[in-house]
Amino acid sequence: MSSEQVTGTRPPRVPLYNDPRVRSVVYQVALAAIIAFLVYGATNNAIEHLQKAHIASGFGFWNETAGFDISQSLIPYSSTISTYGTAFWVGLLNTLLVAVLGIVIATVLGFIVGISRLSKNWLVARVAGGYVETIRNIPLLLQLLFWYNGVLKALPELRNSYTFAGGGIYINNRGFYVPNPVARPGFGWVELVFAAGVIAAIAFYVWARRRQERTGQQAPVLWVTLGLVIGLPFVVLLAAGVPIHFESPQAGRFNISGGIEVVPEFAALLFGLSIYTAAFIAEVVRAGILAVSHGQVEASYSLGLRPGPTLRLIVVPQAMRVIIPPLTSQYLNLIKNSSLAVAIGYPDLVQIFTGTVLNQTGQAVEVVAITMLVYLTISLVTSALMNLYNRRMALVER
Amino acid sequence: MTMAEGDLAVTELHFVRQQQLLPQPAPVRMTGAIGWLRANLFSTPTNMVLTVLIFLLTVWVVRELFDFLLLDAVWSGTDREACLALTQHREIGACWPFVWERLPYFIYGSYPIPERWRVDVFFALLAVGIAWLLWLKAPRRDLGALYFFVVLPILSFILLHGFAAIGLPVVDTVLWGGVLVTIVVATVGIVVSLPIGILLALGRRSRMPTVRFFSTLFIEFVRGVPLITVLFMASVMLPLFVPEQFEPDKLLRALVGIALFASAYMAEVVRAGLQAIPKGQYEGAMAVGLGYAPMMRLIVLPQALRITIPNIVNTYIGLFKDTTLVTIIGIFDLLHTIEVARIDPKWATPVTSTTGYAVAAMFYLVFCYGMSRYARATEARLSKSDKR
Repeated sequence: MSSEQVTGTRPPRVPLYNDPRVRSVVYQVALAAIIAFLVYGATNNAIEHLQKAHIASGFGFWNETAGFDISQSLIPYSSTISTYGTAFWVGLLNTLLVAVLGIVIATVLGFIVGISRLSKNWLVARVAGGYVETIRNIPLLLQLLFWYNGVLKALPELRNSYTFAGGGIYINNRGFYVPNPVARPGFGWVELVFAAGVIAAIAFYVWARRRQERTGQQAPVLWVTLGLVIGLPFVVLLAAGVPIHFESPQAGRFNISGGIEVVPEFAALLFGLSIYTAAFIAEVVRAGILAVSHGQVEASYSLGLRPGPTLRLIVVPQAMRVIIPPLTSQYLNLIKNSSLAVAIGYPDLVQIFTGTVLNQTGQAVEVVAITMLVYLTISLVTSALMNLYNRRMALVER
Repeated sequence: MTMAEGDLAVTELHFVRQQQLLPQPAPVRMTGAIGWLRANLFSTPTNMVLTVLIFLLTVWVVRELFDFLLLDAVWSGTDREACLALTQHREIGACWPFVWERLPYFIYGSYPIPERWRVDVFFALLAVGIAWLLWLKAPRRDLGALYFFVVLPILSFILLHGFAAIGLPVVDTVLWGGVLVTIVVATVGIVVSLPIGILLALGRRSRMPTVRFFSTLFIEFVRGVPLITVLFMASVMLPLFVPEQFEPDKLLRALVGIALFASAYMAEVVRAGLQAIPKGQYEGAMAVGLGYAPMMRLIVLPQALRITIPNIVNTYIGLFKDTTLVTIIGIFDLLHTIEVARIDPKWATPVTSTTGYAVAAMFYLVFCYGMSRYARATEARLSKSDKR
């Protein structure tokens, strides 16, 4: 509605209620008012309810003694002296543990299945397709319950444990028990050599890369790295007389002591999450590889590259650009889905916090708010990291 | 060129075929079943090993499934005795009499037996609505949408919950259960999430900063937290937030949680569709003088929604699977009824859990796979019409 109209006459006055700017302001004020009213009403009601029920508010409960047991803890925790705050950290660490391990396993399995689905081998492709279609269409909660109640809890009791490696490994319905490696004096040398090997391998990688850029000559990076990181420490380990001791689990009448204990809740959650998410990652990987135009492969073959290097140097780097954004959302889904732990009793953040702590303190608002904030933070950090990686991988255009 | 003596000698030494050879059939090894096997299963040594290993694995899995579901299964009996390996002296597979006896519970929950016809009618009405919407050649599909999104919810509420004035006794939602609740939760999620999702998507792309802010805040917040925490929020915090006299019942709280969650995901799906519409469409609509609402309703949304159908269906598949989470906040959906039935002392045996889970798995597999086939068919249909 500018004044510089060709005809020179003033445009007819728009009534105020038809002016888009006025309308927009009115709409926005109305929306803000409605939301403010809802929030105000909800807060008032909540305060009234809480006072009537004599429930404390605020975060004072954080430093109170928790008084309940947790079956798996990565940090020292005791039901008699630890606080709700400690219980929170135990839960958060358990969530992160299962999420990180789940992401690693699901990624490896997902890439294998996704690539298998495109295999020229008819049977391999069909079996991979069957896996994806079946797993994707069954709810995760059902799968977790199946792994937990149908498989792990159906294992024999303690007395009839499956025993492997001459009493080194026990498997029964209370979990898996494997030997716990304990370092003896002299193991420090192995660690030292291992650290040196890692540094040397990185240095070699950088040198090989520079040389390849300069001269075009390739160096056997993989074998040198394996030798430096695994081979050399292994030789030192043998030379030092294997200064390591495996503390085997000991089966008693009522329980098993010693060794590393993997509780069935953890195993079920890890299996379930990894297998479920892998099916989705497989689809992401398949779509990514199909998105690389066939001309790229043909060009690579005509340059004389064999199928292996073609996949590694031509197809996968280009496919990664398509794969990473949806892969990120699968990782986020896995992290969020780990909260289903509550259904099988694995002590993750949701089970400890919105389960036990909420029941004991009754402070629903604070507890649910903290839990949601933690997941929001994890989600934001994960997507920020993946965006960073994505920016490095993204196509550099003019 | 004249022919010299030497040249003749050369022609005599070499044999040149005078007539064309007829093309021979390809070697047997390269065609037919054998050729197919060689090309697809045994092309390289690695492939041979893979094929054999995967074949053995497949045979093992199929045999175990076959044995469990059919061969070793128990087909008749009245209680757990029939499904106990100890008393039957044989390998025991699925315990089908357990499923058979509990089937009404799995379908209707504790819905009063004389009133169960109402649930059957609800299933039939829903089936009509779905068929009307999905079957492309159905008459008056606009009426179908009206029926599905407006008439059906009202009718279903009256039917399932009851309406004393017309002689339908009220059935408390505590008694609802099984497949009924699963379907109700999924359908409410579907019916509510699409309109709210569209509004949120439009809000997120709005030019009004306040609207955009609140839409984005809601979408990102809900998508950043697990569904289970949204459900916890709905079940423990919602009653705090509303005045005491309106205390929502348990199922309604779960429905609110599911609907909010699904709306946020639907909003992002719709937004992707909106972004795919070329700018010229918006400009064209404005150029012919359409305001915001008519432009969206007549020009943009029909195109955007059409190309989003496959993604909308995929979101519904996720929603359908996610309905199982209401189990955790104590709603008796199909999975919860199975959880309850499998530990009932009358039937508790080592195989009862697995049998129950197998039934649930087949239920979800059939529904979700059906939906994903539909999504794929739609995708194929759309890409065909795009190619022209």
